[in-house]
Amino acid sequence: MINTKKLSNKIKYTGTACLIIGALLIIFSFLFDAKRAFYNYIIMYTFIVSIAVGALCLIAIEYMSGAAWSVPFRRVNEFLSSAIPFLIILVIPIIPGIHTLYHWSHKDAVDTDPVLQGKSPYLNETFFILRLFICILLWIIFYIFIIRNSRKQDYSKDIALTNKNIKISVLFAPFAVITLTLTSIDLIMSLEAHWYSTIFGIYYLAGTLLSGISAVTLISVLLAQKGYFDERIQRRHFHTFGMLMFALNVFWAYIAFSQYLLIWYADIPEETFWLLKRMNGHWQYFSISIIFIHFIIPFIVLISSAVKTNLNILKFMAIWLLAAHWLDLYWLVMPAFDDHSLAIGWVEAGFPIFTVGIFILLFVYKYSKVNIIPVGDPKLKHGIDMFLYPDLSID
Amino acid sequence: MFGFFKKIKNKITEINSDLGIDERNQELFAVSALFDTPDDIIKAAKTLSSSGFKKYDIHTPYPVHGMDDPMKLKPSKLGFFTFFFGSLGTLTAIAMIFYMAGFDYKNIIGGKPFFSLPPSIPVTFELTILLAGAFTVFLVLILFNKLPLNNNPLLDTEYMKRVSSDKFGAIVEADDELFNKDEIIRLFKSLGSSEVNLIYKFKHNELTTERPIFDFKFITLLFLLALITAAVTYFSLNKLIYLPPFNWMSEQFKVKPQTQSTFFEDGYSMRNPIEGSIPRNELPYEYRGLPDSLVKYMSNPLPVSKEVFEKGKTMYDIYCSPCHGYYGKGDSRLNGQFPNPPSLHTDRARLMKDAAIYHIITTGQNIMPAYDKQIPQLNRWAIVHYIRALQRSQNANDGDMNK
Repeated sequence: MINTKKLSNKIKYTGTACLIIGALLIIFSFLFDAKRAFYNYIIMYTFIVSIAVGALCLIAIEYMSGAAWSVPFRRVNEFLSSAIPFLIILVIPIIPGIHTLYHWSHKDAVDTDPVLQGKSPYLNETFFILRLFICILLWIIFYIFIIRNSRKQDYSKDIALTNKNIKISVLFAPFAVITLTLTSIDLIMSLEAHWYSTIFGIYYLAGTLLSGISAVTLISVLLAQKGYFDERIQRRHFHTFGMLMFALNVFWAYIAFSQYLLIWYADIPEETFWLLKRMNGHWQYFSISIIFIHFIIPFIVLISSAVKTNLNILKFMAIWLLAAHWLDLYWLVMPAFDDHSLAIGWVEAGFPIFTVGIFILLFVYKYSKVNIIPVGDPKLKHGIDMFLYPDLSID
Repeated sequence: MFGFFKKIKNKITEINSDLGIDERNQELFAVSALFDTPDDIIKAAKTLSSSGFKKYDIHTPYPVHGMDDPMKLKPSKLGFFTFFFGSLGTLTAIAMIFYMAGFDYKNIIGGKPFFSLPPSIPVTFELTILLAGAFTVFLVLILFNKLPLNNNPLLDTEYMKRVSSDKFGAIVEADDELFNKDEIIRLFKSLGSSEVNLIYKFKHNELTTERPIFDFKFITLLFLLALITAAVTYFSLNKLIYLPPFNWMSEQFKVKPQTQSTFFEDGYSMRNPIEGSIPRNELPYEYRGLPDSLVKYMSNPLPVSKEVFEKGKTMYDIYCSPCHGYYGKGDSRLNGQFPNPPSLHTDRARLMKDAAIYHIITTGQNIMPAYDKQIPQLNRWAIVHYIRALQRSQNANDGDMNK
């Protein structure tokens, strides 16, 4: 029952080329400027976490809310979240970089700094590495359980598997929020260890869900336009994708503004220096353009319902928002590397290319093994038909 | 209790039937048909719209998805209304906060600018949502549904009762250009309708105006309701329930100046500054109590400028003029009540060094008290400049005429 329509080989070759070029560029950048490359590596790692774990979160949300419209597209989410097991390899290069990246990992710096001393029970190397791996292991466990049940259903068509997955998803929800908060605090916020923001975890989580839904939208639109889905999949389905992208984008802006407003109002030097760094030098132009790129332009473009059902604009906005999330991570991470000027050059180029390569190859591989539509899901018929025609008969 | 309500209801029904409000005349309003399944109603909608009817409507007990296409409905314009009122809310909020916080009632909060964007955004956000939601609903109800109008002929019919519980209904209004009673009844029957009825108009139109919101009766009723609400609220809050006056702001657990303290050992509630501390911009004066001969002559640190003279004049008029007079002639409004102060235009005063005048202002002389507690250091120097200007103006020599 595997997909009858094959993906063209071109996609596979593009993916392989991206992966190889990206990997080579990354290796060169490490040889050229190891410190800068480590910072970029953090951006890449958190971006891959965003898409992979974000996709898994969307699967969990679908099960918990009993959504039917997204069932035809659930496999796209599953394919994207298949990057989760690879995180355990991708995280390894960060470990030798701890001393380069994190100020708090130096013993002599901690000894003379009462703030870092106070944080040292949490911010120390052993606990840091332990947390990174515990988070990844938790994601892998939930990934395996949820995906295995979903695949089994293709053959057994058993409604009990859906119920099982609902329970697993409910269990996953708090873990997802906690692990993503820890990951973002550890990897990004502790780059400037003196700074703290209690809303930072949810800030990263908002970006994660946004990039998750954007990636799913992008791939679903591409597949639908090439005819890989059921022909009954309508533009109304994509209207919902557009709405979610719009809503999560506004949610991101809401959280980002809340963080800014509180720091602005309280005006405490411990908190303001982080923003001041981003409001001086070349960073101020970057900060202002982030507001436009990540919020105002997508808000204006996506507000109309005509746009949300236009697949080409939707595809473009999905790519736009993915790029915006990358820039957002760049804005969070890079001022710790250079607080005056932007570091943009060939060193930065390899990392996004590598990321694209990973996801294309994973998708191609999974597509050759697994059905692109969860044919055994009891909600599938309702999901496909729900915008087409009223169907009141209860099967 | 329920008997009472029943009595009222019966009375209303009685009045209605007396007035003949429930009666219908023989003027046809529409032909209605009931259908059993949503598939039937969608088929009916398709047929009606493709036969070219304009004034027809579909009623269903729940929203049936996919009804827009068979009915050939245009996309709703509600979004534009919402967008318009939302933008209006944004602009109103920004303008309101800009005027209130920036001009009308300036308050320093945490050292921030009077008007700044970040704290205005939450209010702007709320007002945007409020206007987009409430105004859209209200105005659209009033403009398009003719809100207070409550005599649509479909009301109180068996048809309406059924389509709001278990049937799907379609009507074609008699106003339609293509309306033909017998043909439409036949059409509905052929579509599989279980019941076809004729609906007649009411005899009486309670509200006759085009826009019932402007109806005199309606506005009077609204006004009376507002009056009654206000009166009841006033009576119940002020007469029935007595609330103690709001006085938490005047009764605070804080130290008030010039009062006794039970907290500090010395019994004073005001504290002295720590010994040896000096105020900002105030250097201690080192020649206090010394005779003039020992005063070291320092020069005036302030430049000669318009601002300095204006400052000096203000300070002089406040602190010096009560005795020395506005022009320094010793002819003030207190003249005669005290030993007259000397004129500032005597040779002695004119030949004094700046620092000597400063010394006198700071430490006092004869019965003139010291002014160092009242006038800050630099302002005393500004006064010195102003006195010099006064002396020059009152004792101009011939050379000054040429300038």
